[in-house]
Amino acid sequence: MSVSYKVGTVKSKQSPNVNTQPKAPVVKGVKTTGKKKDEEEGIDTADGEEWMQGKTLVKPPDQLDLTEEELKEEITRVLTANNPNAPQNVVRYSFKEGCYKTIVFVDQMAIHFELEGNLVHKESDEGRRLMAKHTEREDCGGDERLENVPIKPGKREQKVTNQFNFIDRASQTLNNLPREISCQTEPPPRANFSATANQWEIYDFYVEELQRREKSKEKQESQFPNKEEDRSKKKMIQAEAQSDDISQLAKPAKIIERMVNQNIFDEVAQDFMYFEDAADEFRGEKGTLLPLWKFQYDKAKGLSVTALCWNHIYSDLFAVGLGSYEFTQQERGMLLFYTLKNPSFPEFIFNTDSGVMCVDIHEQLSYLVAVGLYDGCVSVYDLRKKSDQPMYNSIASSGKHTGAVWQVKWQKDDLDSNHNFFSVSTDGRVVSWTLVKHEIVFTDIIKLPPVDKVPDDLKNVVATAGTSLDFHKQKDHHFLVGTEAGKIHKGSKYYSSKFLEMYDAHFMTVSCVRWNPFHPNVFISCGWDWMVKIWDHTINSPVFTFELKSSVTDVAWSPYSSTVFAAVTADGKVHVFDLSINKYEALCQQKVVSKKTRLLHIEFNPVHPIIIVGDDRGRVISLKLSPNLRKKPKEKKGQELPKGPEVEIAKMEQLLSSLR
Amino acid sequence: MADTVDGKKEEADYKRLHNFPLIRHTDMPEEMRVETMELCVTACEKFATNNESAAKMIKESMDKKFGSSWHVVIGEGFGFEITHEVKNLLYMFFGGSLAVCVWKCS
Repeated sequence: MSVSYKVGTVKSKQSPNVNTQPKAPVVKGVKTTGKKKDEEEGIDTADGEEWMQGKTLVKPPDQLDLTEEELKEEITRVLTANNPNAPQNVVRYSFKEGCYKTIVFVDQMAIHFELEGNLVHKESDEGRRLMAKHTEREDCGGDERLENVPIKPGKREQKVTNQFNFIDRASQTLNNLPREISCQTEPPPRANFSATANQWEIYDFYVEELQRREKSKEKQESQFPNKEEDRSKKKMIQAEAQSDDISQLAKPAKIIERMVNQNIFDEVAQDFMYFEDAADEFRGEKGTLLPLWKFQYDKAKGLSVTALCWNHIYSDLFAVGLGSYEFTQQERGMLLFYTLKNPSFPEFIFNTDSGVMCVDIHEQLSYLVAVGLYDGCVSVYDLRKKSDQPMYNSIASSGKHTGAVWQVKWQKDDLDSNHNFFSVSTDGRVVSWTLVKHEIVFTDIIKLPPVDKVPDDLKNVVATAGTSLDFHKQKDHHFLVGTEAGKIHKGSKYYSSKFLEMYDAHFMTVSCVRWNPFHPNVFISCGWDWMVKIWDHTINSPVFTFELKSSVTDVAWSPYSSTVFAAVTADGKVHVFDLSINKYEALCQQKVVSKKTRLLHIEFNPVHPIIIVGDDRGRVISLKLSPNLRKKPKEKKGQELPKGPEVEIAKMEQLLSSLR
Repeated sequence: MADTVDGKKEEADYKRLHNFPLIRHTDMPEEMRVETMELCVTACEKFATNNESAAKMIKESMDKKFGSSWHVVIGEGFGFEITHEVKNLLYMFFGGSLAVCVWKCS
């Protein structure tokens, strides 16, 4: 396209225009129409300015000055379709030839404007698809009621869901965050080793080895018969090692058993340790007994508890003797040891041929247990040994009792440091038994005097049955014996012919006599005649008398106070008295077993404030004493209360003096 | 004269007598020990003149059987100080004059 340059230049000459710049001669591809507009505008404005300024020809300062000839010259301009902005001399390095080469063909397209359209060609795949859909929709809309069957097979290619009834919904559940975990195992252990490999070392070692082999050959020949022994020994050792493995479980198993028990009886254990009945403040003087654990053993069900004894060193261990009081029902007996830590099962179980009637545990050597049986035997068990058999037994020895042994009591070791204990039985003899090496030796101490009612000629035959025996806590040689006839005899170890004193205590059998642990003169007795009597041994009549409404089977002093004692009766009640608080009434009278069960024995724990009672069903029940029952005398302000046995003695003395 | 003759006899003797494989020190378990010892004996007999090939054979078999990475030294005179994985060391003599040390350390 050629444009006459002349026109442009003439116009610019004729109409000087401040606004329009003279176009540079290199301009290409400019439309003439655009220019014409400019011209017209230029004329308009120029006209406007003309009348103001007058017709002066203003030449722009940088306009080219050309001669007339040059102005008339026709210069052809060629318009090409090349992109003015495209690079013209692009050079690329050619690795093949190792030099730079010019690229001839450069892309000339310049995109000024781009718009994505949504027109689809009819013949293309998409177009055809859309056409199909379009026609389908029209058909479906029109032929609803008519047969759909011919339509369906044709349209089966795509079942398009109706947009109004079916909606696709999707959701993304929470993805767990990925986490890195790495681990390094322990590397296998390493050790250092160093040595030297020389010819002489090798030689020496070989020589040594040969010598060793020679020696072993010699030994082998001499030791051939011994080889088999060694083999059998090895087998034995192996077997032992195996059994050790199982028996090594015993201790941990025991601990676990106790733990399980503690967990089961957790509340009871908490009560035992910490529970103090707060209601005692409001009850005035009265107290209560809180039942704790019940100890029961299956095989002991038919037997009655005939004896209870606490262990002095291990204050949670106690012994229960089981047998029968019925004359006609004499079978076997058992000696069980329970611990408070395991109420479900006894720690030690010993079976005896005849019923156990009494048990005593040595004060210092708490593994020595003396047992008196219904058939008159006494045995001593050693708890350290695992066997079921007693260490000593008086079956074979002479001097054995001819009647049931009702009470055994350990004594201090005699001058030869042999252990010894006393026993009393239905045959009326008080016998001392001494453990000498592997035997048990008896010594008759005294024989109970015959009852008055027995006719003279039979006095030697009919014996007075002794039912209870107790030794004085401080003056060891004094002892008391209670009889079936209701009398209490005070005797001394030094006098073997006669008793020192006799007290007419009860109308029926004396079931228990006990010295007061603190006051040296006081003892207590109870009998089947419903009475509990407290005596001063210097006076022939009782100091205190209490009537409990049923036959009293056992009575015990408390170890913490000289004025507190407890009694059990055949109607299942436990009576607790504190003489310093109330001299006439019990502080607590509580039924602890179901009806028709008789309570037979009671014992105070030397350390903890609990008592155990045994009944005739082979059960032992432990009870906690409420605070009211363990009262100490009130402290006066500013006065320090003296502690110790003197206090207790003084308390008792006070009581006694008030009565004299 | 008699001494030297005796001496020579002894020399020849010990080579004959001390030919058996003798374990100087080991902490391997029984099975492993027996296997390794037999392997060493086989290798040493096979490559009686070339210690390097014998060692190579031992090392490669040990690697295959018991895992990498094993080290083997065969010789008649050397001293050593090594760190080895516990229960993976064998130090033995063979043939009257050869010492073999096999250990594992990755």
